[in-house]
Amino acid sequence: MPSLTRWFVKTSLLYLASALTLSLLLAFQPILNLSPLSGFFPIYIHLLVFGWVTQLIFGVVFWMFPVFSKEKPRRSESLGWWTYALLNLGLLLRAIAEPIQSTQSNPFSGWTLVLSALLQFLAGLAFVVNTWGRVKER
Amino acid sequence: MPRLSVWFVRTSLIYLLVGITFGALILAEKGTSYYPPIWNLFPIHIEFLLIGWLVQLAMGVAFWILPRFSTGRPRGNEKLIWSAFLFLNFGILLTIMQAWLSIAVMAGRLLQVVGILLYITGTWRRVKPHGA
Repeated sequence: MPSLTRWFVKTSLLYLASALTLSLLLAFQPILNLSPLSGFFPIYIHLLVFGWVTQLIFGVVFWMFPVFSKEKPRRSESLGWWTYALLNLGLLLRAIAEPIQSTQSNPFSGWTLVLSALLQFLAGLAFVVNTWGRVKER
Repeated sequence: MPRLSVWFVRTSLIYLLVGITFGALILAEKGTSYYPPIWNLFPIHIEFLLIGWLVQLAMGVAFWILPRFSTGRPRGNEKLIWSAFLFLNFGILLTIMQAWLSIAVMAGRLLQVVGILLYITGTWRRVKPHGA
């Protein structure tokens, strides 16, 4: 398993644990009166679907899909690392800024969300660009 | 990778890119309120990423890697799976027309279910021990 795949998969496992822990806190919210958690539901969904499932897929695809060429079996390793960095930076920024924006909206959290959106879009674009040529008939 | 898997996977990559683009536009709207009607893209964002990307990618990869038959057609009845591909994707495209066509969600979901049933029918017997 290549180094980048290990980073993708292990990070995805951390997101899985984080998402389910957050879901637990959300479930106990009425009992524990955790009102600051009110803006966290979209975070929970995205930690699970983007941080866990999609990131796991990115890592496994990078590892297992048909080789691009003998010289560049996984096409661009650096684009793969960019995908990893953009996805995780974008998702973390969202996890910090979105709850703030939903409870105490301010320009800083608002523009952090815009930056987060841009980073996550670029992560998806980088992944598709790097993967497209590896999706081919044998 | 068989041709049919290439179609499934490349189509799923297109849905990923469009779905993530719509998600980014919605998230930016949360940050700056630049254009509230952008929220109309929300059901499409969900549809494209859950069905178009995740489900379709899994179908394409499963068609590629599940055990093959040692006699006859190695991946079973491919026409059935091609039909599944068409039903699923027409279903997705119909479902996202819900803003303009009131029956679009029902008709789209029906096509998706037919597609998935065709896929399961064509795949079921490939879930077996190697060599069986």
